[in-house]
Amino acid sequence: MNLLAIVDFSVVEIFAARSGWSGFFTLSTLVVTIAATIRLATPFVIASVGESVGQRSGVLNLGVDGVMLLGAFGAYYTTLETGSPWLGLAVGTGVGAVMGLVYAFITVTLHAQQGISGIGIYLFGLGMSDLLFRQLVGTPKPIGGFEGLFEFSVPETRFDVAYPDLYNHSILVYMAFLLVPAVTLLVNRTTFGMNVRAVGETPEAADSLGVSVTRTRYSTIIIANSLAGVAGAALALEKGIFIQNITNGMGFIAVALVYFGAWRPIGVMAGSLLFGLVNALVLQWKTLGIISGATAQLAEMAPAAVTIIALVVVTNRIGQPSALTQPFRRGAH
Amino acid sequence: MPANSLQSQSQPESQSESPSPPSPYLLEMRGITKQFPGVLANDRVDFNVKAGEVHTLLGENGAGKSTLMNVLYGLHQPDEGEVRMNGEQLSISSPSDAIARGIGMVHQHFMLVPTLTVTENVALGLKSDRRPLTDLPTVEKRITELSQAYGLQVDPNAYVWQLAVGERQRVEILKALYREVSLLVLDEPTAVLTPQEVEELIAVLRQLATDGRGLVFISHKLHEVMSVSDRITVLRDGHVSGETTPAETSREQLAQMMVGRPVKLVPDKPEVDVGEVKLVIKDLEVEGDRGNLAVNGISLEVLAGEIFGLAGVSGNGQRELAQAIAGLREAKSGTVSIDGTDVTNAHPSSVRKAGLSYVPEERMRDGVVSGFSVSENMMLLSRRESEFARFGFMRFGAIKEHSSNLVDRFAVKTPNIDTPTRNLSGGNIQKLILARELSSSPKVILAAQPTRGVDIGAAEYINEQLAKQKANGCATLLVSEDLDEVLALADRIGVIYEGRLMDVIDAKTATPHQLGLLMAGVAKAA
Ligand SMILES: Nc1ncnc2c1ncn2[C@@H]1O[C@H](COP(=O)(O)OP(=O)(O)OP(=O)(O)O)[C@@H](O)[C@H]1O
Ligand SMILES: [Mg+2]
Repeated sequence: MNLLAIVDFSVVEIFAARSGWSGFFTLSTLVVTIAATIRLATPFVIASVGESVGQRSGVLNLGVDGVMLLGAFGAYYTTLETGSPWLGLAVGTGVGAVMGLVYAFITVTLHAQQGISGIGIYLFGLGMSDLLFRQLVGTPKPIGGFEGLFEFSVPETRFDVAYPDLYNHSILVYMAFLLVPAVTLLVNRTTFGMNVRAVGETPEAADSLGVSVTRTRYSTIIIANSLAGVAGAALALEKGIFIQNITNGMGFIAVALVYFGAWRPIGVMAGSLLFGLVNALVLQWKTLGIISGATAQLAEMAPAAVTIIALVVVTNRIGQPSALTQPFRRGAH
Repeated sequence: MPANSLQSQSQPESQSESPSPPSPYLLEMRGITKQFPGVLANDRVDFNVKAGEVHTLLGENGAGKSTLMNVLYGLHQPDEGEVRMNGEQLSISSPSDAIARGIGMVHQHFMLVPTLTVTENVALGLKSDRRPLTDLPTVEKRITELSQAYGLQVDPNAYVWQLAVGERQRVEILKALYREVSLLVLDEPTAVLTPQEVEELIAVLRQLATDGRGLVFISHKLHEVMSVSDRITVLRDGHVSGETTPAETSREQLAQMMVGRPVKLVPDKPEVDVGEVKLVIKDLEVEGDRGNLAVNGISLEVLAGEIFGLAGVSGNGQRELAQAIAGLREAKSGTVSIDGTDVTNAHPSSVRKAGLSYVPEERMRDGVVSGFSVSENMMLLSRRESEFARFGFMRFGAIKEHSSNLVDRFAVKTPNIDTPTRNLSGGNIQKLILARELSSSPKVILAAQPTRGVDIGAAEYINEQLAKQKANGCATLLVSEDLDEVLALADRIGVIYEGRLMDVIDAKTATPHQLGLLMAGVAKAA
């Protein structure tokens, strides 16, 4: 499992400056930990906030990871060829949207079972991204992603700006966290959001008032999958590289985080940050040599273990859309 | 036939104030035919409604009433036939088409989103003036106006899951009124209401009709039908078996038109000598779904040969009490014993073994396995009996015979015994459960709302069966909101309110008024 190692090289470099517990209890380490937490949480926030929109309308997509892989490859390859991370981001989003359209057709129009269909999407994304990578790229070449937004734009002498790591993230990180209020607003304050909530809870009631269940679910699935594409793109652009199975199951964690966050964007974000924190700590302890060898390998499983434990402890079904995973057919009972 | 097929032009006072309408009818449905697998649900049905009238659609369970109205509302596509409004032919392919034509419907099963507020439920599907944002304050204001104008009290900011059934009903009606419907269909709106709520609803319906709307009313309760209707159309097995008006008919005649034979509307109450105590409930406390004390210290005894009626507005602990007796919900304290055996918190199968038959309130959920066939559901109880199984293998011949026999005896309307149970109409599922439960010669029967949503033919049959079991020395706990039913069947009546037994009254002296007060929580001192 090399998830942690590849996520953020820059974090590793900073950690490497000192070693042992003495290196851990310092202000700069705290700053670095927070910074790393935010960065590591970013793809999770994007993917799981997106998935929460789909689930609010009653559609579960277990294929998030596959869509992330395709989005990551699309963004990587486009940036590699054109040199523009913006174009890369756009292609990553577009790939996600197309996958959303496919998934919506399978589950909404064809009424297919969602669990199985999602796994199909995952396997497709896993295989396809790898195949394309080998055919089109072959050996990994680095790409340039987005610059930090505030790099050296402030004098270093001022104390409050002495730790630019805290806020000097790329635009992607800021966009990810802006998604949280944006989606909250969308779901709670717009007509579309009200339709989404109704369709996820009691589709027959929504249908009986002329709300199109089909159109609503197509929209939310496309939103959810586009954001999965963005999450993948963010991963590739932040790391500046693509490798086989670069997500290493992050998409599945993202689905779990939706349950953890009780289907609310703010809760989902909290879960993502917790997950980012555990990842950052493990990474840090490893770099500082606090843990090593077998212990380190064991610790690498901590994020997964924490997720499972948190899910068991925290998750209750309050907030779960009643019609989650239920296909809708008018007039059937 | 007592049916009177007068054409409606000759009706005395038809409200034709509007200048020369193109058609005398607001709604005309002609020759509607709808075939489901194995069931001809509607067979060339003609049905019409004039502006300003309440037109009742009457018929047994499975007669095709809901199907006809679902066709009108765009939920089903008819195989044949046409729909006209104000003389203009329509093609209604979805509920949005129906709404656009001014058709509103209060469905048999509520179409509300529990996790949304009342206002949001009303606003759903409407165009907002503040797009893309919602415009809930405007909607809320109009709801308040409408609820005042029609006496439909409801808190616009409450979540629907917080509302009692009667309030949900009002939300459904408000939804339609908000859309300024000219035709309003109400599919069994009274099935879940208390007597007082029914009276209020009927007053609202009359007012809506007076305002010039056309109303379609569906109910199995004949006294309601007689009091609210201008015209009555009876459906039987998917076709129209007659049309009449309350002035020209009687309850007995209507019953006969529905069922095709004379029906005894008030059941016989056999005088049976009561025997020993069969069901004892002592200081029972049971928690509800939200951790509240739904049953708060109830004690009662039911004797052999006695029907004990437990009256009360639903949601006052009846469901939890019944489930605790049947072993489906944990009792917090207190005891339950059946025929001398302590069955407090026993496994449901042990409770059954002690002699309990249980007719649950939520039959779709607790009473049947809806994906199973009719005969499989019939066998659920007796599957271990040697008659139907050998060395653990089912004996299909015997099962088939037994099921067909029960289907015949209890008049369960089903294409055949292999039909999936979920395709049966509500009343027929209820009959199926009764057939199963009563065929096992119980010592104690726990029947929760046994005739709710059941047509009169079936209700007559169910009541007869309960009376027969009583004569056989069975102790029956009858949980029901229907005061008429409780008064007609029970020997003693207890009223439950907020988890407590308000009072126990001898049925011979009880009056609906007295029970109504107790059901509303007014103390017995009065
Ligand atoms: N979606 C469906 N698929 C198959 N059969 C159906 C379906 N809907 C209704 N039916 C069948 O059509 C017949 C008419 O049903 P309908 O619901 O119209 O009866 P109803 O008159 O409303 O009865 P009730 O009083 O029990 O509500 C029944 O035999 C029912 O089993
Ligand atoms: Mg019906």
